[in-house]
Amino acid sequence: MSAHLPAIQIVVPLLAAALCVLVPWKRVSWGIAFAGSVTAFFAAIGLLSRVLDGEEIRYALGGWAAPWGIEYRIDAVNALVLLIVAGIGVVVTPFALKSVERELDGRRIPLFYGAWMLCLCGLLGIAITGDAFNIFVFLEISSLSAYALIAMGSDRRALVSAFRYLIMGSVGASFIVIGIGLLYVETGTLNLADLAERLPALHGERTVLVAFAFLTVGTSLKLALFPLHLWLPNAYTFAPSAVTAFLAATATKVAVYVLLRFFFTVFGTAYSFEQLRLGVWLLPLALVAIFTMSLVAIFQGNVKRMLAYSSVAQIGYIILGVSFASVTGLTAATLHLFNHALMKGALFLALGCVMYRVGSVHIDALRGLGRRMPWTMAAFTAGGLSLIGVPLTVGFVSKWFLVLGALEQGMWPVAALVLVTSTMAVVYIWRVVEAIYFGEPSPRAESATEAPLSLLVPTWALIVANLYFGIDATLTTSVAGQAARTLLGGAP
Amino acid sequence: MPTDLPPFAIFLAGALLVPFVRGWPRRVLLLAIPVLGALNVAGIQEGFELSVGMLGYELSLVRADRLSLLFGYLFHLGAFIAILYSLHLRKEESATLQHTAALVYAGSGLGAVFAGDLVTLFLFWELLAVSSVFLVFARGTERARRAGMRYLVIQVVSGVALLAGAMARAAQTGDISFGFIGLEGLSGWLIFLAIAVKGAFPLVHNWLTDAYPESTPTGTVFLSAFTTKVAVYALARGFPGTDLLIYVGAVMACYPIFFAVIENDLRRVLSYSMINQIGFMVCGVGVGTAMAVNGAVAHAFNDVLFKGLLFMSMGAVLYRTGTTKASELGGLWKTMPFTTILCIVGAASISALPLFNGFVSKALIMTALLEEHHYWIWPVMLFASAGVVEHAGIKIPFFAFFAHDSGIRTREPPWNMLAAMTVGAAACIAIGSMPWLLYEHLPFSMDGYSPYDVTHVLTQLQLLAFAIGAVVLFRLMRIYPDEIRAVNLDVEWVYRKAAPAMVRRVGSAIRGADSAVRGAALGGVNWALGGAFRHTGPHGALARSWPTGSMVLWVAVLLAAFLILRAF
Repeated sequence: MSAHLPAIQIVVPLLAAALCVLVPWKRVSWGIAFAGSVTAFFAAIGLLSRVLDGEEIRYALGGWAAPWGIEYRIDAVNALVLLIVAGIGVVVTPFALKSVERELDGRRIPLFYGAWMLCLCGLLGIAITGDAFNIFVFLEISSLSAYALIAMGSDRRALVSAFRYLIMGSVGASFIVIGIGLLYVETGTLNLADLAERLPALHGERTVLVAFAFLTVGTSLKLALFPLHLWLPNAYTFAPSAVTAFLAATATKVAVYVLLRFFFTVFGTAYSFEQLRLGVWLLPLALVAIFTMSLVAIFQGNVKRMLAYSSVAQIGYIILGVSFASVTGLTAATLHLFNHALMKGALFLALGCVMYRVGSVHIDALRGLGRRMPWTMAAFTAGGLSLIGVPLTVGFVSKWFLVLGALEQGMWPVAALVLVTSTMAVVYIWRVVEAIYFGEPSPRAESATEAPLSLLVPTWALIVANLYFGIDATLTTSVAGQAARTLLGGAP
Repeated sequence: MPTDLPPFAIFLAGALLVPFVRGWPRRVLLLAIPVLGALNVAGIQEGFELSVGMLGYELSLVRADRLSLLFGYLFHLGAFIAILYSLHLRKEESATLQHTAALVYAGSGLGAVFAGDLVTLFLFWELLAVSSVFLVFARGTERARRAGMRYLVIQVVSGVALLAGAMARAAQTGDISFGFIGLEGLSGWLIFLAIAVKGAFPLVHNWLTDAYPESTPTGTVFLSAFTTKVAVYALARGFPGTDLLIYVGAVMACYPIFFAVIENDLRRVLSYSMINQIGFMVCGVGVGTAMAVNGAVAHAFNDVLFKGLLFMSMGAVLYRTGTTKASELGGLWKTMPFTTILCIVGAASISALPLFNGFVSKALIMTALLEEHHYWIWPVMLFASAGVVEHAGIKIPFFAFFAHDSGIRTREPPWNMLAAMTVGAAACIAIGSMPWLLYEHLPFSMDGYSPYDVTHVLTQLQLLAFAIGAVVLFRLMRIYPDEIRAVNLDVEWVYRKAAPAMVRRVGSAIRGADSAVRGAALGGVNWALGGAFRHTGPHGALARSWPTGSMVLWVAVLLAAFLILRAF
């Protein structure tokens, strides 16, 4: 049984997706989705614990050996990503039950959970597979289902946003498949480990360079690296609350994982960062992302949109860590993958609670809610503190490693900028907190009551995780450290 | 009894309990916390350390040596007095918020002075800021809320500077322990900047005079005890003997006098006077000899007592009359005799009258200045001492309790306020008349030193006599504090009138320069904000919803740029 965990990780959500659509009852459909996400979560934990024991898991799907068949390979890097995706899935699915019933037309709910499970399956698949073309396939599965999920938002602008995301996502995906195709032409293999073995001999080839460029730009688009982030704010703003929370916490993270895999494992650090000096490209983009997007977030009226811009800024922090190409920098980046999933997940879920009771997440709608929805608002505040990077929250741990990484490279101004932009996060979070606790309640907020438990429990589960992993960071830092060393050490 | 419980733990645990207890059990609990804490600290041995591992570093949560233990005792005494003073708070005065915030605040002060490394120090440094701001918010007025926000932002910036300095130090030396730091390299300056903000150094002092007077009557007493004293502690630990501090201290001791003289709000006068007192401490740390550091630390100890006492007496006035404006008060001695006497004790202490505690610590700093041949600084500090007598020693009690009768008839404050003030006053007199009580706990040995030698006592008495004489004279001549009425001038009078006029001129020049600098800074900030809004506001280029075409254009641009630059 446990030998087949890698297959279970993917197959169960895939089957659940089909079942969700087949049953006509929305609650049953939710039950199937929940069961699927729980299974995926335990599979991810099982895989991570095996990886932590020092094992590198290789699983030949269907018994076809590696160069011909599809191989799943799991090391510390993707085990962590699997845990993030499956963990967020298992927390957000219970939240979706009531939230989706409120925001969606009842007949569409089974379809919703079908797409939901497909998206989960796709994201997990990208992370788990050791085959380049398989990455593309799963990327399309997750993306297409994500477009559908976003389009189900109750605001009519959701459709346009989803369409735009579709165009951009398809451009990104075709870039990725072009890159993979070029690599296949050069090397004759699609297996990531084989690619990593054969590419060093071909480093001077122009085809490889072009493949690298296409892959970089394509994944940068999927992970919303500035200035390729333009699809993200609208998509996050108009999607149903549960979808925003799920995608914000997982989709971009998985794209970052793909980037890490190609830069470090497949092309190798020597090629990406020494020959092509990718750091010189990523660093300024990351800094501009952090700075301008934090600034933009300050002026947003819609809190969901504000957090969406903040997400682009946070991706900037992750890419900043990547651009150092050092153990500390990569530790910071992988840590922030995990930590940002926790904080943004929690914040978007808290907004989902507000949406459920008040029907709007504009900052004016949040005025005075501190008295009406104390638990929700306390969760939002705690999540906001984590986003700022206050000590004893996960945000602090990420920032700490990031600044250390910058200092290691002797980049004082970068370290300073990281700290300064944290104060910008103080500003945009405080605007909301001030409205929540000191504002005069709007008429709609006046009649609001605390969100139901089925929404509060998932929200608080993430908040508790924010605090727990902020105080006892040994687990996350050791996994992230191991992941960073694996990435820099060459083949998976 | 030796213990190994961290001193802050008792306060933080108390803060968790307090919201769930009401009525007299809460009062008992509140009073028990500093008492238990003091017993615990008394049991902590010198050299005790408690460490935990975090982020790959060994964090030293508690590091007890003579310096931190002294501040530990001080903070317990200060917390006890302030808690006693705030015991009467009722629900309408957001009692739970104030009590909880005050306990967390006192606990983080303790945490900061016992922190053995820079990261732990940073944690408590930020907690100090975040918890204390609620003591300002608790006033409930719009002014208090705005002042509190400004206060919070500045304090958080200080924390960020400290963290940046700590990280820079960790990256340079791999060492995060908090010992001597010195002004070397970026890390030294960053940490110095953090302390400078917390210690209300000139040009970054505004948060203090802005927020403290806006706090509640009881909140200000807490505020005056911890934040700036933590800064003095950190200076004494990290920067003793830094020459720059001597000059900074001298400036700090002098310029608030000009502001204090014309200020109408008596609690704001006390805030200025607080900066002036910190100036003495900073100067002492800057001199850096054993005697000077002892003096600085001792003065911090005494300042908590007498400044607390003065803030408490003004708090009592505020509590009963609703104002501390000098122009609206006067003649309160008739109805608040005890408060008047206690306030005078505080005034005598801050004026460094022999037999009061200000004398025994200020004497150390002044002696150290002479011993180290700072002959230019010494008279400056003497001038500052005269200024203290004028604005804190005389102005505060005079305008509140005497002066012209304002007609306000009120009564004494609640018993607990009086009791707290009595404890404070008793401590002031006890340390003043039996200085060895304090001296034997100072970080360096004080064997054979007595402040009560002839020179000192005489100098100080002359100074006091001169200062008091000047005020009385000005008053009689009616050139203090208001404009001069027509008086018969002869040569001598012109000479004497020129002096206060000069003081006023210099004062307004300083104030003018100050407001010009701040106006320019504000203009710059507004300009930057306007620009930021144009580009990143809801309709700015960076925040608009872009058409799909231009999004794809960006993709093409990036790909092309990458290929062109790399392919050739």
